[in-house]
Amino acid sequence: MSDFMADGWGLYVAIATLLSIAACGLLLHMLGKMRVQRPKPGAQVETTGHVWDGDLAEYNNPLPRWWMWLFWLTIVFALAYLILYPGLGKAPGALGWTSAGAYASEVRTFDAKVEPLYAKYLAMDIKAVAADPEANAMGERLFLNYCAQCHGSDAGGSKGFPNLRDRDWLYGGEPSNIRETILNGRNGIMPAFGAALGSEGVRDVVAYVRSLSGLPSDNVRTQLGKPLFAQNCAACHGADGKGNQQIGAPNLTDRIWLYGSTEAAISETVTRGRGEASAVTRMPAHKDRLDEGKIQLLAAYVWSLSNAK
Amino acid sequence: MPPDREAPTVVVDDVATRTRKVVPILPSSEEVALYEIRKTIHPRAVHGWFAAWRWALVFATQLVFYGLPWLTWNGRQAVLFDLGARKFFIFGAVFWPQDVIYLAVLLILSALSLFLVTAIAGRVWCGYACPQTVYTEIFLWIERKIEGDRLARVRLDAAPMSLEKFVIKGLKHTAWFVVALWTGYTFVGYFTPIRDLGVRAITWQLGGWESFWIVFYGLATYGNAGWLREQVCKYMCPYARFQSVMFDKDTLVITYDTARGEPRGGRSKSADRHAKGLGDCVDCGICVQVCPTGIDIRKGLQYECIGCAACIDGCDQVMDKMGYPRGLIRYTTQNALALGSTARQMWKRVFRTRTIVYGCVLVAIAGAAGASLALRNPLKVDILRDRGALAREGAPGRIENVYRVQIMNTDETPRKFTLLASGLPELAAVDLEQPIELGPAATRLFALRLQAPLEPANVAPPSPGPHKIELTVQAVDDARVVRHEQSTFIIPR
Repeated sequence: MSDFMADGWGLYVAIATLLSIAACGLLLHMLGKMRVQRPKPGAQVETTGHVWDGDLAEYNNPLPRWWMWLFWLTIVFALAYLILYPGLGKAPGALGWTSAGAYASEVRTFDAKVEPLYAKYLAMDIKAVAADPEANAMGERLFLNYCAQCHGSDAGGSKGFPNLRDRDWLYGGEPSNIRETILNGRNGIMPAFGAALGSEGVRDVVAYVRSLSGLPSDNVRTQLGKPLFAQNCAACHGADGKGNQQIGAPNLTDRIWLYGSTEAAISETVTRGRGEASAVTRMPAHKDRLDEGKIQLLAAYVWSLSNAK
Repeated sequence: MPPDREAPTVVVDDVATRTRKVVPILPSSEEVALYEIRKTIHPRAVHGWFAAWRWALVFATQLVFYGLPWLTWNGRQAVLFDLGARKFFIFGAVFWPQDVIYLAVLLILSALSLFLVTAIAGRVWCGYACPQTVYTEIFLWIERKIEGDRLARVRLDAAPMSLEKFVIKGLKHTAWFVVALWTGYTFVGYFTPIRDLGVRAITWQLGGWESFWIVFYGLATYGNAGWLREQVCKYMCPYARFQSVMFDKDTLVITYDTARGEPRGGRSKSADRHAKGLGDCVDCGICVQVCPTGIDIRKGLQYECIGCAACIDGCDQVMDKMGYPRGLIRYTTQNALALGSTARQMWKRVFRTRTIVYGCVLVAIAGAAGASLALRNPLKVDILRDRGALAREGAPGRIENVYRVQIMNTDETPRKFTLLASGLPELAAVDLEQPIELGPAATRLFALRLQAPLEPANVAPPSPGPHKIELTVQAVDDARVVRHEQSTFIIPR
């Protein structure tokens, strides 16, 4: 409460709380000693004076004494609670309990429970982890939790989000590469070449790029596009168009297209580039979101998608 | 009060005799504490027709309660409410969280049964089968065996503490604790396998929550049946309070026949009561002594009366001894008493609008629930379209959508299922191993990829946009075990 109030209010609330409890106790003490007149058996019983439905009256009878002890119990409980837990104004309580602390303690308890499990897999080679059916099942659940939003439940990806089961890797498919990708993220950028190439140049390059993977393309434009590709694109995608996994430049010869294979899609890629304008196309780093054990299991699971069996 | 004024009077309706009397308000009153100290009730042992019925129900209900967790069924505990696995096993049936409707139906059926029974015969549930009554009966029996019957107990309670009293009381509480802890152990045994629980209890390896619930349920039993007893019925039980609205003038209630009994008074067995101007009530007080809630039934129907009929058994024995006809206190209805109906006329009134409506609703719901249980489909299927991507090109010219499918085989037969998608031309699942095998009471969650060609042979191509599709999951061995689930397939523009 201290976030919203001046310090004096904490004291005010504490005093009001204690006074209320004391008043309850005093009232209870007085009522416990109080004696009332009750008609003897046979005499007309006094009612509370209220009548419902024309004939339902409530007798004015004493309460059972054990109820009074229950009331005292609530007072004892309230005082014990106020001593042990935060509640009395700004007092933190003898136990030092906080909701954040309770959460942290639950997380610690759970972590301690699963730690040996993760430790076992962390000590193993990722390929060996991938061969472990239990680890694989855990990996699948983790994948559905953390990865499926972009890469799909089946890891098949979608436009802009790589397919993880097709043996085609932007940054390499070795377990260490995959682990690195999850740990630190990837930030591949295709720069825009629209201005440099001009619209005709773009069409020529697109024709050449399509021809690299055997897609139908205009012969003349393909020939015109070849030198343009060598000048502008080969630095990243390589002279043969097979890409460069060091910088995540895709292989353009393998019929796998992250943003689509149509002329329009490739033309868009060349003209405006990919990944510069929007963070959506970046693979975020997970080293601060997931602990090592989870990343190990995820790397093994993702690797197994295109390697196991 | 000035002597020239008459004492104030009040008009009182006597429920039992349906007469209206003018009685004086007696000026006498007593001083009591605002919080009344409870007077311990020492009910006297009672034998007879109704007591026998109560004991029969004590045995029947407790045989079920204590016995059920020990039965096995197909290699597992027959009745187990496995909260951790979220499955309730009841003999051949397995209930999943999705079946919670059956719990609601069970509660509705219980409530309606209570309404019906109460309308016909008042608080028979309270008097014969309620756990509070049943455990009080068991605890009273132990008390009687150790401390003796009513008089001995009154004397013992009044006596100052001595070694003998300490030993007797200690014995009683020990016996109570044993029964209570066994009850707590049995209760927890419904939620965690009871044999395993027993082994862990003996080897001192119980978990925290198990120990807590055993002790908590045990202490609740000990406190309620040993100490609180009628206080639970008088001050805690909500049912005791609202069931009076189900009473009417044809409801059987335990009633003292005022016309026959009054004026009451002691007499010798040989004396001619008519000549003495006495009614049948010999004022022996047995009906008060046997009452577990400590009331005098001769004052008419009172809210404390739990309808246990102990007073009927007690009074009938006295009537037998006196050579008078039984039934001075008996089950009868207000109407029967007022109109002087014969038993036959009274029983005919059991069938009246209220009970017939209760009965019909009860039968209808029970029938519907039974049919629904019998026809219950052990297969449950959930399909959830992946939200991350609308659609993708799976293979050249083929649009692919991805779904998460969960198949639940809720009963204990391992089954194989086939999955079929329909709704678009040539719509088919890819890379799906069929049939899908599921173990007993098992669940499988998997990613499902459906593909449809953009240009199917012989038919018009599907329009861009969402299309309704249907997933049919069917058991290989049983055509009746089938589910149809709807979802959407998106063809991109």
